[in-house]
Amino acid sequence: MSFINYSSREINVKLVYYGPGLCGKTTNLHYIYKKTNPDAKGKMISLATETERTLFFDFLPLALGEIRGFKTRFHLYTVPGQVFYDASRKLILKGVDGVVFVADSQLERMEANVESIENLRINLAEQGYNLDTIPYVIQYNKRDLPSVAPVAEMEKLLNPKGLPSFEAVATTGIGVFDTLKNLAKQVLFELKKGR
Amino acid sequence: MAGTDLVMYEEEFHLIDAELQRLHNQANAKVVFLVDKNGQLIASVGETKGIDTTSLASLTAGNIAATGGMAKLLGEKEFSILFHEGEKDNIHISIIGQRVILVVIFDQRSSLGLVRLRVKKSSEVLTGIFETMQVKSEQDKAKGKTSASPFAEITDEDIDNLFG
Ligand SMILES: Nc1nc2c(ncn2[C@@H]2O[C@H](COP(=O)(O)OP(=O)(O)O)[C@@H](O)[C@H]2O)c(=O)[nH]1
Ligand SMILES: [Mg+2]
Repeated sequence: MSFINYSSREINVKLVYYGPGLCGKTTNLHYIYKKTNPDAKGKMISLATETERTLFFDFLPLALGEIRGFKTRFHLYTVPGQVFYDASRKLILKGVDGVVFVADSQLERMEANVESIENLRINLAEQGYNLDTIPYVIQYNKRDLPSVAPVAEMEKLLNPKGLPSFEAVATTGIGVFDTLKNLAKQVLFELKKGR
Repeated sequence: MAGTDLVMYEEEFHLIDAELQRLHNQANAKVVFLVDKNGQLIASVGETKGIDTTSLASLTAGNIAATGGMAKLLGEKEFSILFHEGEKDNIHISIIGQRVILVVIFDQRSSLGLVRLRVKKSSEVLTGIFETMQVKSEQDKAKGKTSASPFAEITDEDIDNLFG
């Protein structure tokens, strides 16, 4: 549910980073925050527990520039990954324009990835969205770790339709902007169709 | 996609802005702003300089969403008014027409009673404006008139430029 304001010539877009607990969603936002120049970003807000686990959401507003005379703002959100925060995840998906699914490449997290994607599909459907048609990117994160699943296998398991996907190491930033850019592109092209 | 995208044109924006100005004056408020339920700021008036309105908007929507979730669990439709009292500043949050959130920040120059009274009046006016907006966009849709998207001509290059 993007918000186009013809009066102030602004467009606001909501992007959500989804995925199992500890897959690297917050790390993606931290990296984007660190690498964006000060006048383009707002404060990053993290509603986290004392141990830095996301409690409700992280929020990072980016005002990257203009397209065709419209100030284009991206509002980036992450969800809390733990299973028991499902109610919060549903709330954050309200009005979403595009989703990044961050998968944890470690072998022992494959089941958690599969569960989380299923949970995403269900929660989106509850809001009237379809995971097959909404702008969507998959990120295979933590590629730097030793015990990771081969990308081809992860594709088969998590991305049978062959939607856009990127390998990433969010801690060092590899793949982070490729992921964001691809999703931004999909969302803006969606707007192009005009509704 | 679910729901209709919110599109705001010049005319409605000015009506909304004027009503927020009126509320700001009559309630003796510091800041008045309007947020959509997804956390996007629609308009703001008052002493917004030292305030991070973008973040406030997002957190306000999170707050409303969370209390909305609580309401559901209790079998309530929603809690339509929230009030937070601070040492200096207070914040009054209310839902308008089930779609947008009106936020009033005030200090000792005003009072909860005054704010409530004025918010009630403004709510009616704002609800009317948003209803008109809704009807308009539905009429446009029925006529098959989709508003000319400013992004109709967008290219890959435009997007690459954004990320510099
Ligand atoms: N080795 C490695 N660690 C990562 C990577 N991305 C995130 N982490 C670490 O994984 C942990 C959880 O990350 P976080 O972003 O909080 O996960 P979230 O629950 O999805 O928000 C942190 O200790 C991160 O430093 C990565 O690409 N490689
Ligand atoms: Mg997190």
